[in-house]
Amino acid sequence: MSDILLSVEGLAATYNYVIRAVNEVSFAVRRGEIVALLGANGAGKSTTLQAISGLLPARRGQRAAGRIAFEDRDIASASPAKLVRSGIVPVLEGRHCFLSLTVEENLITGAIGREAKSRMIRTDLEEIYELFPRLKDHRRSISGLTSGGEQQMTAIGRALMSRPRLLVLDEPSMGLAPLVVEGIFRALKRLNRERGLSILVAEQNSTVALRFSDHAVVLENGHSVLSGASVALRNRDDIKALYLGGSLQTDSTKKVLTHAVA
Amino acid sequence: MFDYQFFIEVLIGGLLSGVMYSLVAIGFVLIYKASGVLNFAQGAMLLFAALTFVSLVERGASLPAALVATLATMIVLGLAIERTVLRPLVNQPPITLFMATLGLSYVIEGAAQLLWGTQVHGLDIGISDTFEVAGVLISRFDLFAAAVAGSLVAVFALFFRYTRTGLSFRAVADDQFAALAVGLRLPRVWAAVWTVAGIVALVGGLLWGARLGVQFSLSLVVLKALPVLVLGGFDSILGAIVGGLVVGAIEKLAEVYVGPSFGGGIETWVAYVAALALLLIRPSGLFGKKLVERV
Repeated sequence: MSDILLSVEGLAATYNYVIRAVNEVSFAVRRGEIVALLGANGAGKSTTLQAISGLLPARRGQRAAGRIAFEDRDIASASPAKLVRSGIVPVLEGRHCFLSLTVEENLITGAIGREAKSRMIRTDLEEIYELFPRLKDHRRSISGLTSGGEQQMTAIGRALMSRPRLLVLDEPSMGLAPLVVEGIFRALKRLNRERGLSILVAEQNSTVALRFSDHAVVLENGHSVLSGASVALRNRDDIKALYLGGSLQTDSTKKVLTHAVA
Repeated sequence: MFDYQFFIEVLIGGLLSGVMYSLVAIGFVLIYKASGVLNFAQGAMLLFAALTFVSLVERGASLPAALVATLATMIVLGLAIERTVLRPLVNQPPITLFMATLGLSYVIEGAAQLLWGTQVHGLDIGISDTFEVAGVLISRFDLFAAAVAGSLVAVFALFFRYTRTGLSFRAVADDQFAALAVGLRLPRVWAAVWTVAGIVALVGGLLWGARLGVQFSLSLVVLKALPVLVLGGFDSILGAIVGGLVVGAIEKLAEVYVGPSFGGGIETWVAYVAALALLLIRPSGLFGKKLVERV
């Protein structure tokens, strides 16, 4: 069995057959690893993740070139439902909880796909509540009325109910207070350490992402331009400029940072 | 002196006929919630169901046999529509889907008449007289229709609340993209919804057919459902029920109390006036979804 869980090679993707969002993205996720996908707005992070999760068609997007393999099998044209069953489970940007369902109903939807037995659902729910105790307090609340952090926990919990082998998160820090972001990344790290869950996470907040990940890949204008161990990347100043719209290729490191990004 | 007894009689008559409107409107709401399609063909499906049922009975089938056969036909029809018309059009703009169902309604109407002919059929389910409660005259048929519609709604409510398919349906209705990402098989959910829509069309078709006679104009009850949907909100089952009751009551009361000053006949359009007035105040209807969001 190969060490590589997911490999993306030369991925290119378009929307409506015209707009190129991703040109040439290549990287790999090893078993038991947390990989961060970094880059500014519009760099192609979400498109890359949607291509991996089979969600491009639902966004009127297409994979134009490249290969995506999960455990050495080509998955580029599989349906999202099939991918979830084989272990690739997305947590969408902007959380996308089922807002009129209760927190617990949201979680249960994650188990419907794999046709779980009711008893198994109960045990899995308890595990999620152990990981995110706040969800247990709000289990009967309508999801739309819970806070942003709780909704992010619900979205992650819902994905965990599908028993993923690769969790694919898109901007889990979006719109959340720094302390809440910290808590969510701690929970992800704990899942990674205790259960060996492999995680691919796209983030604009590179500070947090680099602190919790093992490897990182930097995207710029639809190209993967840099990758390496997160520890090494953490010490490079030019990474910070990226999510402020700077570039690795031109000399933008001297740009004045007008505001701090937490 | 205002005749309260007569007022109540008119009101009850209106509410009971409103239940029938609700029944048609619910068929719309189910499909709209699950796939964002306003299924204009709901009326044609209703006609198809009623026509199939009476034609089978006229050809000598027993009532239960005809009912079962029609039910099976409607389920197959619903599944076939989902499979051949709507699934290939998934992710297309809503107006494309709407036009598809509009075309579909003519195809179904044509097919129904090709199959069963164009003459008007009577449908007698053997409940016709009225009875009196405290001096108020009530139609036994209307009461029966209301009871049938009520139990149908109750069964669906339980189904959507307590089954996994029901939970999937509510999830899809809430956020289709998220439902896809979670790994729900949307085609299965849509198939279930179209099955249910077929059943609703059957029940609606039989009740409306018994009241109006089974004929081509039966498919026009969709036009009756539109003000109900505007009043209740396109995405609310509760709205469809309340909207139907309101429309039924408004129609009858307006006809009796306001109609004479217009020379009568306002029953057919007063519901639209009410719907338009409401649109100005509450565009999403009385019960339509205003996004649940924390401020």
